[in-house]
Amino acid sequence: MTIVTNGAESPPTERAPEGAIRVVDLRDVQRVIRTRAFDDVAANAGAALASLAVVWLVYDELLGLDGLLGFLVCWFSAYLVFYVAVSRRSHPGVVVTDRVVSAVIHLAAIVAGLALASAIVFVFVKGWPALHHLNFYTQDMSGVRPTSPLTEGGILHAIVGTLVQVAIATVIALPLGVGTAVFMTEVGGRLANFVRTTVEAMTAMPDVLAGLFVYTLLIVGLGWEKNGLAASLAIAVTMAPVIARSAEVVLRIVPGGLREAGLALGSSGWSTVRYVVLPTARMGLASSLILGIARITGEIAPLLIVSGASTYLNLDPTNEPMNSLPLFVFTAVRSGEPLYIARGYGAAALLLLLVLVLFVLTRLLAHRRGVSR
Amino acid sequence: MAVSVDPASVASTDLHALDEPRVIDPGLARADRVFRQVARSIGLSMLVLILAIGAFIGYQAIPTLRAYGLDFFTESAWQPELNRIGVSGALVGTIEIALIALFFGIPFAWASALFISEYAPPKLKSAVVSLVDLMAAIPGLVFGLWGFFLLQPHAIDLSRWLSQHLGWFPLFKVNTDADAAMWAQSRYTSSAFIAGIAVSMMVIPYACSVMRGVFAQAPIGEREAALALGATRWGVIRAVVLPFGRRGVIGGTMLALGRALGETVAVLLIISPTFEIKFNVIEVGTMTISALIAGRFGEASAGQLSALLAAGFVLFVLTLGVNAVAAVFVNRSRSGSITEA
Repeated sequence: MTIVTNGAESPPTERAPEGAIRVVDLRDVQRVIRTRAFDDVAANAGAALASLAVVWLVYDELLGLDGLLGFLVCWFSAYLVFYVAVSRRSHPGVVVTDRVVSAVIHLAAIVAGLALASAIVFVFVKGWPALHHLNFYTQDMSGVRPTSPLTEGGILHAIVGTLVQVAIATVIALPLGVGTAVFMTEVGGRLANFVRTTVEAMTAMPDVLAGLFVYTLLIVGLGWEKNGLAASLAIAVTMAPVIARSAEVVLRIVPGGLREAGLALGSSGWSTVRYVVLPTARMGLASSLILGIARITGEIAPLLIVSGASTYLNLDPTNEPMNSLPLFVFTAVRSGEPLYIARGYGAAALLLLLVLVLFVLTRLLAHRRGVSR
Repeated sequence: MAVSVDPASVASTDLHALDEPRVIDPGLARADRVFRQVARSIGLSMLVLILAIGAFIGYQAIPTLRAYGLDFFTESAWQPELNRIGVSGALVGTIEIALIALFFGIPFAWASALFISEYAPPKLKSAVVSLVDLMAAIPGLVFGLWGFFLLQPHAIDLSRWLSQHLGWFPLFKVNTDADAAMWAQSRYTSSAFIAGIAVSMMVIPYACSVMRGVFAQAPIGEREAALALGATRWGVIRAVVLPFGRRGVIGGTMLALGRALGETVAVLLIISPTFEIKFNVIEVGTMTISALIAGRFGEASAGQLSALLAAGFVLFVLTLGVNAVAAVFVNRSRSGSITEA
């Protein structure tokens, strides 16, 4: 039996055993048209070199200007002028425009990539002094002065705090989010549309407001102390709509034909969801969940408000403040104490690493599903 | 005996009136009823939670809005001890920083999205797409650190250059002598300009991934048609990809705006608080609503908390409006809608 999909987004291409359902992907794939003549390469390289030489001479030697940014801007402008001049000699205007646009787009993409990469490299370089001490991972900051050397104290309390808080938040937000997504896609109706609109509105809510909400309600209103549970709730409130929204996207990708096949075979709506829709979307749901966690792990705004920055290891979320990685970074880098700031960078690097690990996990899951997004 | 019966007369007789087709609808199976109820109640609880938050914040804001009235929107100072509270300064700062972030971020996001969907080698494409998604998951905190410690020392040179050459324009005016040999560096730090650049770093991957998603959906048949007619690569982009992806560009920009408006920590790390309506963006000091909340909730009394919630409510309404507009543009091309056909 063969099911043909139009592969609009992501056909399930899991290899089924012999004789079972085989999914054939008839998705259009654009042919790769890639011809690069010698002229293209030569014009490009020549313009780059010529403009470098000219700008070097004029900018540095004749005008006596300095500043790297100015130099690069002048170089690129000169490069464009040269490139246009060279191209015009042998090509019509259409080709010249194409080349200029191509150069600009490549440059912009490279600049954006470099800028983003610089942020990551920067944090890891600054965090390295703290990161390469083992005690950074095994000790907490109790009794450690901000000026203490990096061989004393660590951020175990913040690591544990983040893990506990995110775990509690996930336990709350996951059923709520996925359940809402199932409701929106599988049950439907007017109410579901209203819920969808509200969830989308909720994802617009600045995180800091979720924190302020929990703070006002629980800590000021009900007299809770600042503890890990309050922080988890604040995280859960921001996380649930995010999961609901991304899970809904994943569920909507499940081909309607599969659902109809299930229903046509006489299964009930629940069985269809349970045995057809959810298993098909399993990997996608997992990756949307992990992505939600990755996004929320670094969100500090709600934590800043509801979670106290303890210096000691605290495993009990219902009692006493509980630190977390983002919060530790925030307090550390604002302390003005060089060694403490170094610890902050170390924690930030660890936070990035955590996001990275979660992300790679998502990609692996998505890859097994044979889908590129 | 053949009897010809006029259908209309049959239908009108009493005998045949009862002979209508039965409705064959056994209703839902019990499992289904339970499933639907459970799903509905989960959806409802989410709805209730969200509405409760909105209503709570709105309700808490009432005393403040009642006490200060319209002054709350025109007053720029935040001095609870003098009973002067208003969001206009922070509101202007919020919008300024968001617009600066878009000004720097969107062109790069647009170009990167085009690069990925049109120029990147096919082998690299999926790797670059993952990388962009990864960038979108990087905490704002990291860009705050980056902006304050790495970017700022370099960006103030640019700020100074702007104020030297374009200082006549109110936006770039700085109240100090820019040409002095020992120029006052501190007048250029912690400005809306620098915070805006840091926020733009968050905006780039986010907007890029929305735009790329829409660009990638441009129909292949039309692309190849354009190529077959002799279009260059830019010709294909201009004639097929951009018209098709216009919604994505607008929607992605609006979503990015919503995100930039709500960003807290990156801004809080960089700016130095100033409570005035301020248009010279490259000069030290600015304020945003989210930074105001994060910075002031700690020492807030009940009344001040209400004022902060009111400020938050203003921000919420703002981002809500922006995202609603974005949704109109993006949802038309909602992913997966095709498979439901």
